[in-house]
Amino acid sequence: MELLTPGTGLIIWQTFVFLLLVLLLSRFAWKPILSSLKEREESIKNALETAEQARAEMARIQADNEKLFKEAREERDKLLKEAREASNRMKEEAQLDAKKAADKIIDDARAAIQIEKQAALKDVRVQVAMFSLQIAERLMKKNLSSDKAQKDLVEGFINELKLN
Amino acid sequence: MSVLTRKFSFLASVVALVFFVVFSSFGKASGSADGGEAFNASEVIIHHVLDDHTWHFWDGHYGTLYLPVIVHSSERGLEIFSSKNFYDEHHNVVEYNGYSLDHGHIYLNGNPVLDISITKNVAMLLINATLLIVVFLSAAKTSKRNSGKAPSGIQSFLEPIIVFVRDEVVKPNIGHHYEKYLPYLLTLFFFILFGNLLGLLPGAGNLTGNIAVTLTLAVFTFILTNISGNKAYWGHIFWTPGVPLPLRLVILPVEIVGVFTKPISLTIRLFVAITAGHIVLLSLISLAFIFQSVAVGFVSSLIVLFINLIELLVAGIQAYVFTLFTSLYIGMAIADHEHH
Repeated sequence: MELLTPGTGLIIWQTFVFLLLVLLLSRFAWKPILSSLKEREESIKNALETAEQARAEMARIQADNEKLFKEAREERDKLLKEAREASNRMKEEAQLDAKKAADKIIDDARAAIQIEKQAALKDVRVQVAMFSLQIAERLMKKNLSSDKAQKDLVEGFINELKLN
Repeated sequence: MSVLTRKFSFLASVVALVFFVVFSSFGKASGSADGGEAFNASEVIIHHVLDDHTWHFWDGHYGTLYLPVIVHSSERGLEIFSSKNFYDEHHNVVEYNGYSLDHGHIYLNGNPVLDISITKNVAMLLINATLLIVVFLSAAKTSKRNSGKAPSGIQSFLEPIIVFVRDEVVKPNIGHHYEKYLPYLLTLFFFILFGNLLGLLPGAGNLTGNIAVTLTLAVFTFILTNISGNKAYWGHIFWTPGVPLPLRLVILPVEIVGVFTKPISLTIRLFVAITAGHIVLLSLISLAFIFQSVAVGFVSSLIVLFINLIELLVAGIQAYVFTLFTSLYIGMAIADHEHH
């Protein structure tokens, strides 16, 4: 059967051409194509890995930031609380001081008033004594012979006193 | 609507093309049928799938390409002449310079000679090889230019196929040392794929459906497999471990036969798949000439169109299968049999 008997010429040509093809294509086609494929695969792999690392780094930084924020917030709250306490304390102290000062002023004023009062009373007493002496003097100067005259005199002084 | 029209016109042109192929391939046959000779479908079909010293496209003066004949004999040495010398003006076979052509074989004074002519299949082989070189060298050029960048042009079409062969066919079957065998397997795959597809073109020769071609490829695989074979591989063949002694003696011839059945199965599988496809296509086309009916011709053309699409699938599958089995055989030959 012609169909099933391989022709010698074709076998020779096929062997020759196919070997040549393998050599040529290996050297000039498969080598550059496969190496560029490999290179691209490597670069894609690297890019993916880098992206993964960057993502992890990002997440880490974000977590750090959050932690820092939290710490800062706590710090702030603490500071605020302390400041509030300090201000309250200062306010109370100031109030206390003010009250003490006011009390002292009131006491001082009271003492001064007392002293002034004493002085005034003393003054009055001296005045009264002076008036009495003047009255006595005038009485003595006038001739106090009659009762009526004495009486008029006294009344006249009293009226004068009232006017004062 | 326009899409539908376009689809229809595409279909119509394909059908027209099929008709063209019918008339171009069978012009001669139908011509002789008119001359009173009955149309012999099997002769025409076998003539198509076989190798030939001429390349017949259509009838007429310029329809046949007379390929060069190269013969070597101990008496005359190397001689080159056109195959036109074997035919007279009525396309009858005649003797030339002592050489005679009988059923594709050349004899010198009745003795066979070494025939290394550029036959139809050798021409197809050279076209296939040229196409492979042009296509893949241009892809290689593009891939060098695009190094580290996205692929473009023909490179982006071929790269997925190369990656498929590498990752789905070669790597899983051969294992770690696959890179050494990858160039051979890629060449094998694309040689068969391109050969199968070229063979489907109207008027093309049946390159990958020729047993000499498939045999040569299988022998390459056979040689590569057995050269690569490690100690474990040969140990398995000659002295199968883990089997009782009497059985080893039974297994030995079986294993030795197995070494040779592998390339034989490769040879026959590709040859049969491609040749059978061509025979089916030609038989369906022949129906029109057997029944001498345009209606039958129209229906068979539609079926031929369908079979042609299947043949496109077969072209890919056969290239895949040949490469797959070659990888498998190499993988078996270099595997470390640690499980024993």
